[in-house]
This record gives sequence, C-alpha cells and structure tokens, in this order.
Amino acid sequence: MNLHQEEKAISVQELIQQKKSKSQNKIKSEKIVPVILLLTAIVSVLTTIGIVVTLFVETTTFFSHVSIKEFFTAQKWYPFSETQGSYGILPLISGTLKVALIAAVVAVPIGLAVAIFLSEYASDRTRRVIKPILEVLAGIPTIVYGFFALTFVTPVLREMIPSLQIFNALSPGIVIGIMITPMIASLSEDAMSSVPKVMKEGAYALGATKLEVAIKIVIPAAVSGIVASIVLAISRAIGETMIVAVAGGSTPNLSFDVTSSIQTMTAYIVQVSQGDAGYGTTIYYSIYAVGFTLFIFTLFMNMLAQFISKRFREEY
Amino acid sequence: MKLINHDQVLKKMSPRKWKNSVFKGLFMFATALALVVLAILLYRIITQGIGYLDWQFLQSLPSRNPEQAGIKTALIGTIWLMGVVAPVTLILGVGTAIYLEEYASKNKFTSLIQINISNLAGVPSIVFGLLGLTVFVRALTLGTSVLAAGLTMSLLVLPIIIVASQEAIRSVPMELREASFGMGANKWQTIVRVVMPAALPGILTGTILALSRAIGETAPLVVLGLPLFLAFLPQSVFDMFTVLPMQIYNWTSRPQEEFHAVAAGGIIVLLIMLIVMNSIAVLIRNKFQKRF
Repeated sequence: MNLHQEEKAISVQELIQQKKSKSQNKIKSEKIVPVILLLTAIVSVLTTIGIVVTLFVETTTFFSHVSIKEFFTAQKWYPFSETQGSYGILPLISGTLKVALIAAVVAVPIGLAVAIFLSEYASDRTRRVIKPILEVLAGIPTIVYGFFALTFVTPVLREMIPSLQIFNALSPGIVIGIMITPMIASLSEDAMSSVPKVMKEGAYALGATKLEVAIKIVIPAAVSGIVASIVLAISRAIGETMIVAVAGGSTPNLSFDVTSSIQTMTAYIVQVSQGDAGYGTTIYYSIYAVGFTLFIFTLFMNMLAQFISKRFREEY
Repeated sequence: MKLINHDQVLKKMSPRKWKNSVFKGLFMFATALALVVLAILLYRIITQGIGYLDWQFLQSLPSRNPEQAGIKTALIGTIWLMGVVAPVTLILGVGTAIYLEEYASKNKFTSLIQINISNLAGVPSIVFGLLGLTVFVRALTLGTSVLAAGLTMSLLVLPIIIVASQEAIRSVPMELREASFGMGANKWQTIVRVVMPAALPGILTGTILALSRAIGETAPLVVLGLPLFLAFLPQSVFDMFTVLPMQIYNWTSRPQEEFHAVAAGGIIVLLIMLIVMNSIAVLIRNKFQKRF
C-alpha cells in the first residue's frame, strides 16, 4: 500500500515536469502569436498611410508642373493640348457634383419611401422577400449598371428629350441613383427599426395612423441614422467610376447643363489610365491630383456621416 | 355628460385615414419601382446576351469579330485573380479580426485601427487603383500582373472581411472561452479550437461576399493598366491578364451594337458567378450558423 502511494507521487511529479517543459513551448507561441496578429492588423493602417502618402507625393510633383492657383481657379480642364494644357479642376468637380446631385434626387425619395414601407407598413413576410432582392440590386457590379445606362436608359431618355446627347450627365446620374437606393433604404430601415416599439405603440394608443407614427415619431427619432445614410450614399455616388466612364462622356465642362457630355473626376482618371500618357508626364501626375481631390471629398463626407450618426443620435 | 363628440372624431378621422392610405400607396409604389427596375435590367441583359451564350463563347479567345468573340482569357483571369485575393484577404482579414477581438486592449491605438478600417471601407475603389499603380505596379515593379492586381483588390475588400469576421468572433459566447480556459487551455488553443470553429460560418460568408465584390470591380484594374484585349492566358502570377469586368467594359465602350450583345453575354456569365457565390454564402449562413 505504502509503496504504491510513493510510486504514484513520483509519477505525478514527473507529469508536472513533463507539463512544464511542454508549456515552455506554449508560452513561446503565446508571445509570438499576438505579434503576428498585430502585424496583420497594421496592414490596414499601412494601406491608409500608403494611400495618403502616394497621393500626396505624386500631387506635389504635379504642382511643380502646374500652379496650385491654376488648379483651383482655372475654368478649363484641357490637358491633352499639343502645347500647354489647361488644368483647372472646377469643370471636373462640377461634372461630379452634377451626377451626384441627380443621383440624390432619384435615390433619396425612393430610398426613404422603401425604408418607411419596409419598417412601418410591410408585413414580416413581405420584408423577408424584399430585403434580399434589394441586396441583389446593391450587389450588381457597377460595370453592369454602366452597360444598362448606355444601352437602355440613354436611348429611353433620348425618346423623351430629343436634344439629349448620347453621352450626358442625366443617364449615369439616374442609374447611380438606382445603384445607391438600396444603400439608403437598408441603412435608413435599420435606423427606423431600432426606434423602440413602446414609442410607436404609445402613439398608436392615442389613435395615430401609421403615416402619423412614421412621420411624427419614427423619422424624428431615427433622423441621425437617416441623414448619415444619405450622406454615405452621396459619397458613394461621388466616387462611382464605371457608370460615368461608360455613359457620361469625356468632355469636362463647367455648366448646369445635364443633357450634354460631361466628365467626372473618376472618369478622367479612367480616360488617362486607358490612354498612353507616358510615365512622368504632367498628365500622368494629374490623375493623382484629381484622385487626391476625390479622396478628400469622400473622406470629408464619410467623416460627416460618422459625426452625424454619433452626435445627433437619440439614445433610448 | 359626453366627453367625446363622436361625430367630430369620425369627421376628423376620415381625412387622416385617407391620407394614410394615399401615402401607403406611394411607399408601395416606390418599393415596386425599385423591383421593376431590377426586373427590367435583368430582362434587357438576358434577352440581349442569351443568343451569344454557348459553350463556344466560354471557350473562345476575344476577337475583333463579334461572332467569334469569347471570354476564355477573361474567365481564366478572373479565377487567377480570386486565387490571389482569397488567401491574402483571408489571412490578413481573419488575423486582424482575431487581434482586435481577442488580443487588443481597449486603448487609443485599437480604436485608431477600428476607425481606420471603417474609413477605408468608404474610400472610392479607383483610389485603391492609384495606390496599386504606384506601389505594386511601379515601385515593386510587378507590372500589370495577376499578383499586382490581386494585392490591390485584396486591400480593397479587406475591410469587408475584417468587419464580417469581427462580428462572427464577437458572437461566440464568452462562456465557451471560459470553459476552455477552465479545462487548462491557453489563449491560442482556445482561439484555434473553440472560437474559430464556432465563428467559421460567419467568416466564410464574409469571405465569399468580399470575393464577389472583388470579381465585380473594374475601376481599380483600369487604373492599374490591365489590358482590355488579351489573346493569351497567364501562366503564373507574374503574367499579364485580364478579367471579366474589363472584357465587358471593352465591349460596352465599342460603338457597334453587336459588341453590346457580346457584352451582355459576358454580363450574364458574371452575374451567374455572383449568384452562385452569394447562394453558397446564404447556404452556409443558414445551415451552419449556430445561435448561442
């Protein structure tokens, strides 16, 4: 009996010894793994730094060829000149904003109507059918929308407006509107359905109709989320590339005319990338200056959306 | 004494009810409009492109003659691109998510990474193209290769997979981890053997969604300078290649009607790929996702 116990005691000690030597290896892995994981996490930070540094450095080179004053104040964007091109970004900005504005005019009312319908009127079953379909609409590649704009929307519009050119601001604007509608609808619907049920039920108990509940209770309570979704969607419209590259044309002009050919910032970058502007030419560097401007526009709008949804959120 | 004038109530009620139904109609109309647009889009593309869609279309090289044009190079190129994007995003994305959810302490640096990821998701895709052009194509002299394009695309879709993986990891209940620690497992063992298996369906769904975004993107690849027209197949990741959206873009921007029909044929193939991938994602989500 006694002997048996002793034997056991030794074996336990041995086990502990074994365990210790094993856990030496474990401790090593415990220390290395977080470092490796941290490195993967840093890649995303490096990406941002890479974007900013790349754009900044190449834009600086661009400004050694073209003055900053010309870039921001000249009224003409005409880089492909034989002698001295004109680099005034205003026409590209005007083209971009025109398209984004048309998109917003299409997407904001439809997107909000869909959101209200889904969150206040639709039955659970309808919602479960319609939401995935809207996700399909949001997942269609933009080149497909571009094809749709050029081969369907433009011809239909030209039937209605004979003076419309083949390349114009109206058709890509409308199609971008279609593209961002699901984004507004689903983000706004999220904001609306997170309004507490008790508030709505209180209003119903006082005899309010569904419309009154939607307009007087739900929208005011969800307004920060709704506005943020609209700002985000417009930011998406500003950065959208293929639809305007296919259907918008390549004629930068500074006007309010939506029926004639335009060029957006993104479409200009595409045009230069496809052409054979040699590495190191002013035209080559100009796409970085335009890209930087675009980056600042969208960054500003994304930060604005984050600010709105944080600052004006109603907490319940 | 009557506190409520019944007639008055009824008189005020009916215009309110009427207004309610009018607006309900408007909201329904808007929803129907969105669905109708989707239907028109699909109908137009299918009727235009279905005539070109046959076995020969998938197996032919692009051609100046629309009748003989095919998408072989583009289809193979898209598969090559996925071959680079899938492992790179999976490693970087899941690694980041594990770090942020399991290791990072709540400090300024962590919240900086988090804010950075959400801002990165809002950067226009064409700007990623400019980054890739400078860093991968020129500085690392990878040229317009599969590798350069794959790395650019990986950075573009990284936020999607990070956010999806984070949500999946976060939804694994704390009790599972504590039970594992209680059995003497250390942190890494717990992550690999307990947390990852439970979070895997969510991570896979996010990966597929990120990949389907990557195969539909065109803008960054145009900026990288991918050829719009290519008559040979890549043999390694350092070779030139083209992808399906680029080929569709090429055909769409030609003036001839016939090429638009060929483009529609390419779009059908692209959409079928996306639908298959998304169905797999939904299937995984519904079949394997445990609710804790």
